Amino acid sequence: MPWHVIALAIKEFLALLRDKRSRFVLIGPPIAQLLVFGYAATFDVNNVPVAIYDEDRGSAARQLAALLQGSPYFEVVARIGRDAEIAPLLDNKQALLVLHIGPRFSSDLQRGASAPVQAILDGRNSNTALIALSYLRAVVLEFNRGWLRQQGSRGPPAVLEMRAWYNENLTSRWFIVPGIVGLLTLVVTLIVTALSVAREREAGTFDQLLVTPMRPVEILVGKALPGMLIGILEASFIILLAVFWFDIPLRGSLGALYLGLLVFLLSGVGVGLMISAIAVTQQQAVLGAFLFLVPAVILSGFATPISNMPEVVQWITYLDPLRYFLIVVRGVFLEGDGPRLLVHQYWPMAVIGVVSLGIAGWLFRHRMY
Amino acid sequence: MSAGARTRMRLRGLVRKESLQILRDPSSIAIAFVLPVVLLFLFGYGVSLDAKHIPVGLVIEQPDAATESLAGAFDRSEYFSPQRYDSIQAAEQALAERDIDGIIWLRNDFARRLLSGGDAPIAVRVNGVDANRARITESYIQGVWLGWLDDYARGKGQPVPSPVTLQHRVWFNAALISRHFLVPGLVAIIMTLIGSLLTSMVVAREWERGTMEAIMATPVHIREVLAGKLIPYFVLGMAGMLLTVVLAIWQFGVPLRGSFWVVLIASALFMLVALAVGLLISIVSKSQFVAGQIAIVVTFLPAFILSGFIFDIHSMPTPIQVLTHVVPARYLVAILQTLFLAGDVWPVVAANLGALLVLLLIFFGLVRRKAHKRLE
Repeated sequence: MPWHVIALAIKEFLALLRDKRSRFVLIGPPIAQLLVFGYAATFDVNNVPVAIYDEDRGSAARQLAALLQGSPYFEVVARIGRDAEIAPLLDNKQALLVLHIGPRFSSDLQRGASAPVQAILDGRNSNTALIALSYLRAVVLEFNRGWLRQQGSRGPPAVLEMRAWYNENLTSRWFIVPGIVGLLTLVVTLIVTALSVAREREAGTFDQLLVTPMRPVEILVGKALPGMLIGILEASFIILLAVFWFDIPLRGSLGALYLGLLVFLLSGVGVGLMISAIAVTQQQAVLGAFLFLVPAVILSGFATPISNMPEVVQWITYLDPLRYFLIVVRGVFLEGDGPRLLVHQYWPMAVIGVVSLGIAGWLFRHRMY
Repeated sequence: MSAGARTRMRLRGLVRKESLQILRDPSSIAIAFVLPVVLLFLFGYGVSLDAKHIPVGLVIEQPDAATESLAGAFDRSEYFSPQRYDSIQAAEQALAERDIDGIIWLRNDFARRLLSGGDAPIAVRVNGVDANRARITESYIQGVWLGWLDDYARGKGQPVPSPVTLQHRVWFNAALISRHFLVPGLVAIIMTLIGSLLTSMVVAREWERGTMEAIMATPVHIREVLAGKLIPYFVLGMAGMLLTVVLAIWQFGVPLRGSFWVVLIASALFMLVALAVGLLISIVSKSQFVAGQIAIVVTFLPAFILSGFIFDIHSMPTPIQVLTHVVPARYLVAILQTLFLAGDVWPVVAANLGALLVLLLIFFGLVRRKAHKRLE
């Protein structure tokens, strides 16, 4: 590599690191975010506040209520005696769920007829409601099993034996924290590179750079290198925290992870420089980075599965480098993947990187003010 | 000319300058109008927690009438699109390659044990990487299994195997459509973007370009400078909010069960808080690079993750729950989810409005303390 490219890269680095505030911005917030989001971003549902409305008061109803109380997922916050008490509890979010045991519960059960119980749920957060309902169903199943055994009758003819692979206890954090590795790395590299050209444009030094004997490709490389390096350092640090602080198992090969990281950074830097080449001011560059970042995060499968999206939206996700990298990190961390299983994630990121860098290089020359 | 008239004149000038700056910079318009629409469509159509047609593998080692009826139950369910595999090895390979999300495996002694009446095992494997999806998949599998058990018992003339059955009724969002709970919260996200990100960069830009010094040399009071910045962005933010609400109702069919005026008041209050935060960031950072970064880190990401917009605050660890109290978006999300889906529930609305008001006073107090007309 010609020395002047390295010199440009070093200058870019110094421009970033000399400023006390921007130095802090590169280090402090990502750590804080990893810690806060690592704990906060969870779909796990526990301590569901539940109210019991028992009109039966028989021993069977009490058994069912006791099972609910003993479940780690539920927290009985109220016992009510009238229909009219249901609405205020749910409206004011004091309870998420009201379990209504009707007055004929025990007698139905004794007769051997099917005894219904009603659950009334607050559906404002549909996901929480769905998960709480499935936990409640598990409690009812447990009650049924115990009841049948007490009556000396046979259990159901067939039973489910469920086992989860890769994330045996279904901990949301194991899914989210590797995702944050990709998310934060993308945010930092994108901002660093998106501002690099725009800052020089605003200061007028970019014109000076263009009239030097450096070719656009060399300027491109000089601008891309610091972003790549900062991205690698940032990501490595977050990976270390994920493994040693959050105890996320790292089951696959580090080589596969870093190969993915490299092409992912290439695509992130490419998009960042492209935005930077289009933007005239730093403000436009930050907003441009944002306009890319928000859909990129939402469509990546970071929080909600891509397979739930309509087909047209699923096609759009193929343009999103984060989509591929999330499969790589989660694959390596949890599923123990090696590079061979991940080839189809690597090459699209490389293509996105090369194409966007090409566009950025072309724009350097052809977009002048 | 009286002092009041002078203030009005200066303010009018500043507001005019700021408005022209917004109108002439395409990126501000993009953030205020294009981004809300893009976000709404992304969330409205793209983001869904409702799993349908989950690809699962069925391995049936010895097919007979009973196993076929169970397979048929999976075929008929809208939640699954089952594929047959000849052996458990082939299915496990497909699970490892992420072609399917789960396996339902009936071993060759299934039919025999079913007839002999003793707990014939149905082995289920799900890919647990996405824990939430895995849990939903498991619960749907359970649903299919329970339905099949009842059918099977009825077919054999045996007593129904579940003495207690669970019926459920979901209030506010009967069909459990995740879009209906996500879209109202999105209003808070979009207003955070406009109020905090955009505004934080504006004042930072003035410092960077030195125009702040030029303003200081004029007789303008610092209060007027701040008001001149706030008014145009307030209008911009409220316009973005109205656009979002209109699209939420007409495009995505989210019901608005509460009153529109309460939505408006709550949003206006939140907008002021977001603007105050944006101004504070710009005053503290004085450079667009730092202001942009801080704005994303302390406003956008918390509004996304710590507000209850998608992740339930109630499920977070206690220290984090405490932390969410300083995230303004948290209160607006709670108000909007309630107003849209449940209606005017005054205890919820009033408590959250009060919290927003407290935050507003705190942040404006900080802005007033930090904003000086002096050079460093």
